[in-house]
Amino acid sequence: MMKTNRYVLSILVDDEPGVLSRIAGLFSGRGFNIDSLSVASTAEPNVSRITMVTKCEPQIIEQIKKQLHKLINVITVNDLTDKKYVQRQLALIKVNAQPDKKAEILRIVDIFRCKIVDVGLAHYTIEVSGDTEKHDAIISLLKPMGIIEIASTGAIALARENGK
Amino acid sequence: MKLNGAQILIKMIKSEGVDTIFGYPGGAVIDIYDALAKQNGLRHILVRHEQGAVHAADAYARANRSVGVALVTSGPGATNTVTGIASAHCDSIPLVVFTGQVPTGLIGNDAFQEVDIVGITRPCTKHNYLVKSVDKLAFIIKEAFYLARSGRPGPVLVDLPKDIVQTFVEFEEPGEISLKSYKPTYKPNKKQLNKVVDLIRKAERPVIFAGGGVILSQASEELTRMARMANIPVTASLMGLGAFPGSDPLWLGMLGMHGTYRANMSIGHCDLMIAAGVRFDDRVTGNIEKFAPGATIVQIDIDPTSIHKNIEVQIPIVGDCKATLAEIIRLMEEKDPKGIAEGKPEWLSRIREWGNAVPLKYEQSHDVIKPQYVIEKLYELTRGEAIITTEVGQNQMWAAQYYHFDQPNHFITSGGLGVMGFGLPAAIGAKAARPDKIVVDIAGDGSIQMNIQELMTAVESNIDVKIVILNNRYLGMVRQWQEFFYEKVYSSTNMENAPDFVKLAEAYGATGLRCTSPDQVSAVLTQGLNTKGTVVMDFTVDREESVYPMVPSGGSITEMLLV
Ligand SMILES: Cc1ncc(C[n+]2csc(CCOP(=O)(O)OP(=O)(O)O)c2C)c(N)n1
Ligand SMILES: [Mg+2]
Repeated sequence: MMKTNRYVLSILVDDEPGVLSRIAGLFSGRGFNIDSLSVASTAEPNVSRITMVTKCEPQIIEQIKKQLHKLINVITVNDLTDKKYVQRQLALIKVNAQPDKKAEILRIVDIFRCKIVDVGLAHYTIEVSGDTEKHDAIISLLKPMGIIEIASTGAIALARENGK
Repeated sequence: MKLNGAQILIKMIKSEGVDTIFGYPGGAVIDIYDALAKQNGLRHILVRHEQGAVHAADAYARANRSVGVALVTSGPGATNTVTGIASAHCDSIPLVVFTGQVPTGLIGNDAFQEVDIVGITRPCTKHNYLVKSVDKLAFIIKEAFYLARSGRPGPVLVDLPKDIVQTFVEFEEPGEISLKSYKPTYKPNKKQLNKVVDLIRKAERPVIFAGGGVILSQASEELTRMARMANIPVTASLMGLGAFPGSDPLWLGMLGMHGTYRANMSIGHCDLMIAAGVRFDDRVTGNIEKFAPGATIVQIDIDPTSIHKNIEVQIPIVGDCKATLAEIIRLMEEKDPKGIAEGKPEWLSRIREWGNAVPLKYEQSHDVIKPQYVIEKLYELTRGEAIITTEVGQNQMWAAQYYHFDQPNHFITSGGLGVMGFGLPAAIGAKAARPDKIVVDIAGDGSIQMNIQELMTAVESNIDVKIVILNNRYLGMVRQWQEFFYEKVYSSTNMENAPDFVKLAEAYGATGLRCTSPDQVSAVLTQGLNTKGTVVMDFTVDREESVYPMVPSGGSITEMLLV
């Protein structure tokens, strides 16, 4: 087995019905895997940005990029992996909040600069925004308290400075 | 001028220079058929199955060097086109397929004869559209043709809801197509080309490997010129046959699983391979690790995804084959043409030895017809000038080996997908495009039964095609694999229970001829070729003849089974 890497692709596409299924179909049909995917409109009309994270071998990422580019509705494929970029992911974590644990949870929330967005008799819902490492770290700290549910977005990313 | 969607469709097809389309009506396209009946100038050939329409359009596109068009109804009409579309997709053939669809208001309701054909064909088209407003119809059709023929060509599907073709609008000529997301690279990178010329000069054992891309980009002349200038021997994939003259002394024969000994050995021992318009299919490469192990590989292709996909290449060149080869020729002329033309006598004589040691051959018989002999005779009698379509299996491989193509667009076969049933509708499409040509479908007894209904299309439309059945009463190619690799357990490959093809031809109003002995082959072929109208010639051939050489699946292409 070759070593697999994590790649972050920022893809601009025509905002047309079916674009997402073209991309999803390309990945399933060719046996590529998608780690996470996030789609939303951009400042430009009729153009959407897809941020995709995929883990694969180095020579596969070349095929993935070329195959994506070949889709008629794909405008640009920007591989951010080796560039300077900022990346965020948003998660909502509902965690058990027994009276004796509340203080500790609040301390973790504080250290990670998260927010409590919902409070119940026996739970907190925490909003986390950051990169994947931050998410992994807070989840591992909250786990002992008993995580009830997590909802998370895929990663979104933009190149730093003026580079597109 | 007010036109309805159906009239706009016909107007746009005509403006693309297409004179013949292939199709089959139904409720969702009844308005289009009504409009077709009320116009002149666009000929519609009524097939007997929608799969036939797509294969015919595919062959029309190849024989005519233009775009092929098929028109079918919604639901089952649309699903029947899928095999044809997938075949054209594999072979990069420019097609536009128009499918009827239920009215826009019913889409998604599981209406009668509704299928999501755009969803179904997404992975096997170059692009596809569901037209949602008649205002966009003309533009979408124009874009569809543009996409089908430009860059790496391919099939494009346009799904037409019934209400859209019925609606009248003021017709406006669509503007120029400009897609920000689609800009094929035609012009190659100059730096890379200089490297190629240097490599050609230094190479001791060069080979050119031509594929379907050379034919698609109409680069045969350039390829031939380059090969002759530098004395480089040429091989081709199945799809590339005819890209280089089969009668030229530099011709090596086809490459791959059923390639010639000298072509496969040349690739195994070359130090430079110039691959043009090929995608290194596994049927060509065999075991990738052992494919051209000593060679620097130059790969020219308009589609960047073809490069580094199956094979690592040292000099990738993204560009149109014609433009690229023309530029290489120019550079060769500029830089010391003599040094290049001196050639490689040692290499060429080594190749000659391989050719002499193991030529393409079969054992002639006086009692039973050898299928290869039928094709040799056909080649002689048509002076190598016929357009040959094929079915799939042994018939296809023997056609590729024993009919020597001197010109491009004369060998029309389902290469990438290998669709049994392709040859007969393809012959109809080719003949519709080139009425001046003799068009022959080289068929197997199994394959011909897959689209036999198209005999009626040929007879009705006065499309004069000749069908040569190499009747071995087996699914011969599968039987061959069973013989070699499955202890001769001929599971489900016996085709002895077959119709009488002569009577069948007659039932359709065609002529049927049978040939059972070798000394009759010439006479029957002559009679068949000289008989007006559609003719089926049924040759009873040696049942257990196999195709040689053969590279077992996954083996090195230099390790061939030779009889
Ligand atoms: C639609 C389709 N089904 C199955 C196959 C698998 N297949 C490849 S060759 C072959 C046998 C073809 O038999 P025939 O047409 O008699 O040709 P022969 O090999 O005997 O010349 C089969 C079944 C195929 N290529 N296409
Ligand atoms: Mg057979």
